[in-house]
Amino acid sequence: MRSPLATIAFTLNGRAVEVRADPARRLADVLREDLGLTGTKIGCNAGDCGACTVLLDGAQVCACLVPFGRVAGCRITTVEGLAEEGGALSALQTAFLRHGAAQCGICTPGMLMAAADLLARTPHPTEAEVMDALGGVLCRCTGYRKIIEAVLDASGPIPSPQLNPLRRDEAKREPSVGTRLAKVDGVAKLTGAEKFGADALPDEPFLTLRAVRSPHAHARFTIGDLAPLYAAHPGLVRVLTAADIPGRNLYGIYPTGKDQPVLAEGYVRHRGEPVCALVGDADTLAAIRDEDVPITWHVLPPVPFETAADGPDLHAHAPGNVLCRGRVARGDVEAAEAAAHARAAIAVRTSFVEHAYIEPEAGYAQRIGDRIEVVACTQTPYMDRDEIAGILGIAPEQVRVVPTAVGGGFGGKLDLSIQPLVCVAAWLLRRPVRMVYTRPESMGATTKRHPAAIHAEAWADAEGRLLAFRFHGDFDTGAYASWGPTVANRVPVHAMGPYAVPNVLCTTAAIHTTAPPSGAFRGFGVPQAAIAGEALMDMLAERLGLDPWEIRRRNALGVGSVTATGQVLGPGAALPECLDAIRPRWQALRAEATAFNRNARGPLRRGAGLACMWYGIGNTSLSNPSEMVMGLRRDGRAVLFSGAVDIGQGSNTIMVQIAADALGVPPSAVELVAGDTDRTRDAGKTSASRQTFVSGNAAKRAGEALRAEILRRCNAGPEAVITLAEGRVIVNDGGVATTLDLAALAPDAEGIVLRGEGRFDPPTTELDADGQGIPYATYAFAAQAALVEVDTALGTVRVVRIVAAHDVGRAINPTLVEGQIHGGIAQGLGLALMEEFMPGRTENLHDYLIPTIGDVPPIEVILIEQPDSLGPYGAKGVGEPALIATAPAILNAIAHATGVRMTHVPATPDRVLAALTQ
Amino acid sequence: MGLYLRPTTLEGALALLAERPRTVLAGGTDHFPARVASTPDEDILDISALPGLRAIVRHGSYWVVPCLATWSDLIAAPLPAAFDGLKAAARQVGGPQVQNLGTVVGNICNASPAADGIPCLLTLDAEVVLASRAGRRTIPLADFVLGPRRTARRPEELVLALQIPAPPETARASFLKLGARRYLVISIVMVAAYAEIAADGRIARARIAVGACSPVARRLFALEADLIGRRPDPALVEVRHLAPLAPIDDVRGTAAYRRAAALELVRRAVAALGAEEALAAA
Repeated sequence: MRSPLATIAFTLNGRAVEVRADPARRLADVLREDLGLTGTKIGCNAGDCGACTVLLDGAQVCACLVPFGRVAGCRITTVEGLAEEGGALSALQTAFLRHGAAQCGICTPGMLMAAADLLARTPHPTEAEVMDALGGVLCRCTGYRKIIEAVLDASGPIPSPQLNPLRRDEAKREPSVGTRLAKVDGVAKLTGAEKFGADALPDEPFLTLRAVRSPHAHARFTIGDLAPLYAAHPGLVRVLTAADIPGRNLYGIYPTGKDQPVLAEGYVRHRGEPVCALVGDADTLAAIRDEDVPITWHVLPPVPFETAADGPDLHAHAPGNVLCRGRVARGDVEAAEAAAHARAAIAVRTSFVEHAYIEPEAGYAQRIGDRIEVVACTQTPYMDRDEIAGILGIAPEQVRVVPTAVGGGFGGKLDLSIQPLVCVAAWLLRRPVRMVYTRPESMGATTKRHPAAIHAEAWADAEGRLLAFRFHGDFDTGAYASWGPTVANRVPVHAMGPYAVPNVLCTTAAIHTTAPPSGAFRGFGVPQAAIAGEALMDMLAERLGLDPWEIRRRNALGVGSVTATGQVLGPGAALPECLDAIRPRWQALRAEATAFNRNARGPLRRGAGLACMWYGIGNTSLSNPSEMVMGLRRDGRAVLFSGAVDIGQGSNTIMVQIAADALGVPPSAVELVAGDTDRTRDAGKTSASRQTFVSGNAAKRAGEALRAEILRRCNAGPEAVITLAEGRVIVNDGGVATTLDLAALAPDAEGIVLRGEGRFDPPTTELDADGQGIPYATYAFAAQAALVEVDTALGTVRVVRIVAAHDVGRAINPTLVEGQIHGGIAQGLGLALMEEFMPGRTENLHDYLIPTIGDVPPIEVILIEQPDSLGPYGAKGVGEPALIATAPAILNAIAHATGVRMTHVPATPDRVLAALTQ
Repeated sequence: MGLYLRPTTLEGALALLAERPRTVLAGGTDHFPARVASTPDEDILDISALPGLRAIVRHGSYWVVPCLATWSDLIAAPLPAAFDGLKAAARQVGGPQVQNLGTVVGNICNASPAADGIPCLLTLDAEVVLASRAGRRTIPLADFVLGPRRTARRPEELVLALQIPAPPETARASFLKLGARRYLVISIVMVAAYAEIAADGRIARARIAVGACSPVARRLFALEADLIGRRPDPALVEVRHLAPLAPIDDVRGTAAYRRAAALELVRRAVAALGAEEALAAA
């Protein structure tokens, strides 16, 4: 219900304005909807995330907590008002760009405004002051450390050797690969210009859609007569139900696994499942409560993880609620047990973990003739396209997917969210339809990290060499398949950790329950498995009197090692190098902890923990090609057409750097056309840490192909230097310059006169019934060490420091690689210590806790650059590898500090104290 | 249709409240979070434009925290050492964004079991001043907060201010908040301690309160009595002193954990009273 409009006069970004609006509305909504200032982001509407931070009379406030009527006579400053006169970035914005402090960019306006408030009051703050000032803004990508660096750098001349000048690439012939090039899409993220899912609007007037969702985990339902609802709300255009889906009312990740309805058909399998959708103007929808919709519920008992085998079966194709199983078997575990000197066993439980990206799912669809266009945040435009086609019953070519900027994904935006409903509505109503998830909806209705129940055992000889490893993990895959099969297949390959083990039996099962679907989340089950495996390594070391580093080094997979699937690792398998690099830091942390405890009189104890990880890059034993096109326009500009969606990790920048070097031009000469299924080829999904390795190879090949075409036309040799100029290309081959007149060439529909295409599909093989074969073309490795402090009287754990040595093949852009590692560590810390999603109970960002700026400790990153023979310029992925070792390192550190091993994560204060007092 | 009004005089505000019940909005930091999924049809009385109700001042034998004083105002105010605990609590309410908007009075009106301000205010013997067209009345804070989200405010009343008896020079205070992360955290347990220390270092008067362990934050009167005449010593705190608490299991922790943590934190808070500088954080 709206109050009468009022005209409010205030000062906005230095200018006097008068705005007529409902004074009871949130300032954030008025800024975005009425004034078009979408730089102010809405992450929660509850003051929990700080994304909407603006300055009110110079003081930082959440614009979602201010009634518009209150700004009368006040000064409001938004991110759009931060730049200098003339539009140049401010010193603070420049520092953010230089340090890579913005990844996805959704929290960036909030961070900038909080920092601007601080610097206006305290021009030269300490690190503690920066953390206090920015403590009200959550970031899910960066791990905060580069944000702190940037604010400190902006506040004064603190020379940092890490910094490269922004325009280093202007020195043309210098390779871009390996430099700290500022993000090519960075400026828009710092000015508020970047359009995320909720910022992109159709040109025409549009309708709004809201889903009505099940409040029950398991129920049957009927929808009654809707006529009274329509009569009571003239602005209600349509109530969509399952009967309205034009095509197949089922979707899912796997071709054989379409099991999730767009709208439930009389039966719901999880809380938050959509049962119908209201379409109308926003005010009308706001006035309709869910209870006003005539739905009769017949509630059924839930099917919990612990007893899912007892039924009832949630899907006919999954008897016993087992969706699928995975298995890797090698050697003879039982025979090896008998010969072993030491054995360790553990049972581990993990919880639902929510992606908690700060951008809730949002976007719109519009029908154009017999085609549908959807503009939304997504990690996988081509899979979306094919799914939407199935749901609408049309050909994939009739669907255009245009990804917006993505405000964090981490796997959660690999599944469809708003797309099916807005597409169905826009298709049927022939009007643009928009949907924005609320925070509770984003958390309650979308996929999660699989909870796991793991039993694992390991055996070693007297020298600590691993003889055998046995593992079984049940994974709660929730109501629908989603990426459950991926977890079930990936985990057995990785479960024994990055070690050579001759005898292995690893099995998994994905179990259906009446919880929200578990899907893809940074690591696909491997982080959960690593908690068990890395605990076993420490337990064996203790039994054998070995240092945790020593037992890992003796077993580490390296070049030429044979994995449990029988794969011989090629050049680039650099775990031994990671361990050697981290060794002095590890010894120092261990000594620091021991010295601290020797002098401790109070309840505080410190501990140092070590963990290793490995991770196969790309899909498991499945073809997952990427295709890229690079062309020259008539005006002499190079264009890279990249379908790889940048979800903040930086693939836009990485692709440009790789393609520029392949063509032999500076990256500033390359324009990027990104992620539009009508304009870019399929570069697969932004998942499985595959974009740098797979799409990067395709970009390299496209650049090389274009270079070859140019050189061929100029009859130049391979060492020739290419210079792009206005309307022409100059090729200098050993002092002989040839000019290619681009204006004389005929352009194609995209305005391209010369083109090169590149494709790469990582070479893998199918796995046999024992999981033997080549599941991945390459693997990334890492070793991380954590120093923690445990309050043994309260059970609280503070992480003091992390050292992370990562085998990345080649760091295409070290700043972005470090940013991925920092962000992965922050999520690993959350997994270990605080994150636990409970359906219906923690569907907001104050009951569901993710790390804040004060929770992520200083991180030292050590990059091991041992080129991978298949990677573009030797590079491999780092997105998921960044996270996997963190939680086990922290848990091992807690064990070192206290002697107590936490086997149920998150290790919240109550669980830690219970374990300590047992 | 819901009506939003923002009067500029106290008389005007009280007249509007006399007309019919309205949702009173000051800082908005609890108001809007309760309206994420849907917006109820309600009349809103935004009191943020009322004059003269923001500055924290000494008035006779009282310190007065008016209804528009924010947490940030409190942190910045020059107050005696006995307010150090309340200031520490203020610095841990939400983030700076919330501290800049949220009011201390709003915190007691919202009456959350985990309200950050209430334990310290209880130990400061705060009183609540309510105003209506019929006049003013003053009641102890302990009588104002009746239960979760329930207070003694009548629909036609506005909470005008908190008034706190000016503590003696010898008074000191501590506050400890336990949460599962550094910032933006709702308390699992919090403890406020206040004591007047005699010249010989012994406790002349003590007040101890625990929050988030019962529907309303509770004073530990038995402990307070046992501390009199003693030097601050954590060993004086016994399990029986926590009898008034009735913690529950929730997403932040189990009841058993809350009992154990409350005992530990009360001991630390008492120990801090004897320290040179009172502790400010868990």
